[in-house]
Amino acid sequence: MRQKLSIAGFLAPFLVLFSAFFLLPIGYSIYRSLTVVERTGPLGLGGAEQVFGGLTNYLWALQEPGFLGGLGRILLFGVVQVPVMIAGATLLALLLDSASARWKGFFRATYFLPYGIPGVLASILWGFLYMPGVSPFSELLGVEIDFLGQDNVLWSIANIVTWSFAGYNMLVITAQLNAIDPSLYESARMDGANAWQIAWHVKLPLIRPALVLTTVFSIIGTLQLFAEPMVLKELSTAIDVRYTPNLSAYSEAFVNNDYGLAAAQAVLLALTAFVLSFGFLKLVGRRGP
Amino acid sequence: MKTTTKITVTALLCVAALYFLIPVYWLVIAATKSTGDLYGSSGWWLFNPQLFENLKQVFTYNDGIFLRWIGNTLLYAGVGATLSTWVAAACGYALAKFRFRGRETVFNLVLGGVLVPFTALALPLYLLFSQLGLSNTVFAVLLPCLVSPFGVYLCRIYADAAVPDELLEAGRLDGAGEARIFHTVVLRMMAPALVTTFLFEFVGIWNNYFLPLVMLSDTKLYPLTLGLSLWQSTADREPVLTQLTIGGALVSVVPLMIAMVFLQRFWRGGLTEGSVKG
Repeated sequence: MRQKLSIAGFLAPFLVLFSAFFLLPIGYSIYRSLTVVERTGPLGLGGAEQVFGGLTNYLWALQEPGFLGGLGRILLFGVVQVPVMIAGATLLALLLDSASARWKGFFRATYFLPYGIPGVLASILWGFLYMPGVSPFSELLGVEIDFLGQDNVLWSIANIVTWSFAGYNMLVITAQLNAIDPSLYESARMDGANAWQIAWHVKLPLIRPALVLTTVFSIIGTLQLFAEPMVLKELSTAIDVRYTPNLSAYSEAFVNNDYGLAAAQAVLLALTAFVLSFGFLKLVGRRGP
Repeated sequence: MKTTTKITVTALLCVAALYFLIPVYWLVIAATKSTGDLYGSSGWWLFNPQLFENLKQVFTYNDGIFLRWIGNTLLYAGVGATLSTWVAAACGYALAKFRFRGRETVFNLVLGGVLVPFTALALPLYLLFSQLGLSNTVFAVLLPCLVSPFGVYLCRIYADAAVPDELLEAGRLDGAGEARIFHTVVLRMMAPALVTTFLFEFVGIWNNYFLPLVMLSDTKLYPLTLGLSLWQSTADREPVLTQLTIGGALVSVVPLMIAMVFLQRFWRGGLTEGSVKG
């Protein structure tokens, strides 16, 4: 009995907070997504009340070209950016792990640096590096590169995300590389394998769990894309208020005051995140992150 | 080892290092320039440096609101990370070291929580907090940050591996209460996992933009991220803010980058626990 009480004591703080700030908002979001505001009286001026609206908000969300466009845009973004970043991080981790590398500590620290910079600040910083008239890259090449134009801005954002998180992912992969038993390399070398073959045939399969973990977190991160386009929106006319699903939900809620529709969009986004991350885990045949 | 391989590998590593460092180099250079020189001189080199005047302006603009933002950020991230680490440690420890009904359910709930996009929570949280009259207060930003499913996950795995049952039994035989055992013995043994959880939460809260953006309307309560994006977005009306944004970004970014370099081993240590056994 005494032990039961202490177990409850250990669990209670987390469970209470989890219920209040995770489960309750999710439940509330679902509830709000099922309600619509109905106007009464002549010309709808009599007042507004919340009534049950079934799946109306979801239908609206799915018929809204802006929201769907944003969803398609970040899916395209994810299909390109996530593999590029994970491949880059893997390459850096393998290079640093190889016997040929010098100054490993310096390089590792350098690659990890941007992780300490919040997405908003990274976007402000890169915003200047992209800005016509200020951009040192355009200056270097002697031509004005249109980083913020319609065609390029999505990939300019992808660059910010890659810059921020590649080093962090490299570190996760490095952690797993360090856990590999060095005698495995010894026996591979005895069998005549060179450094490239060891990296490809021995190391790569063994760091699979780290690659799965980083990919799942990257997928979830991609779907939530918000700060970067929100900041660059000030500099680029190519980014509108529905550029990503999170931007859509934000502007439905705080510009149009349509919380029902915003809630439906948030729920749809969370569902997409679940489907994609579990789908990916299923695809690679592993349970849990 | 062949010399050409060595040169190739080092060259590749150097190119990558340039990619990560150039923006930081540009920031340092740009922070020393006047607004005019920012547009009028080469971004790659110093030109009439006036770093201290710029920084003085950053700290004194609008009655020193920048200092307030620093204070707020330290408050949100410091207090939030400390409390959430303790909460996660207690829960992770209970999940690892006690057998009880519903244990797996709780753990699966935690795992599910890791995958919930945080931004999906911010909107309903705003609506709930504003009904309680608590939106636009310190609590609106602080309280939701106390929940860290990933922290619980890390702490459970670590406690499972690093806290021996015999030690707990010995403590119980000595007549120590469970809470006492946890606070005096267990927490110390879990120290590496606690540091990792703390750092994760600290960076997570300091990175968080959506939640404070949604919750706060009073600029005096803003964290740095929100404050600087406010300066950036109003710079077209008040050109001096461009320079202040750059100076403010430098001041906020440099200490964190230095901290990252010294603390990176904790990320590696903690993540091995998380990823290898996951």
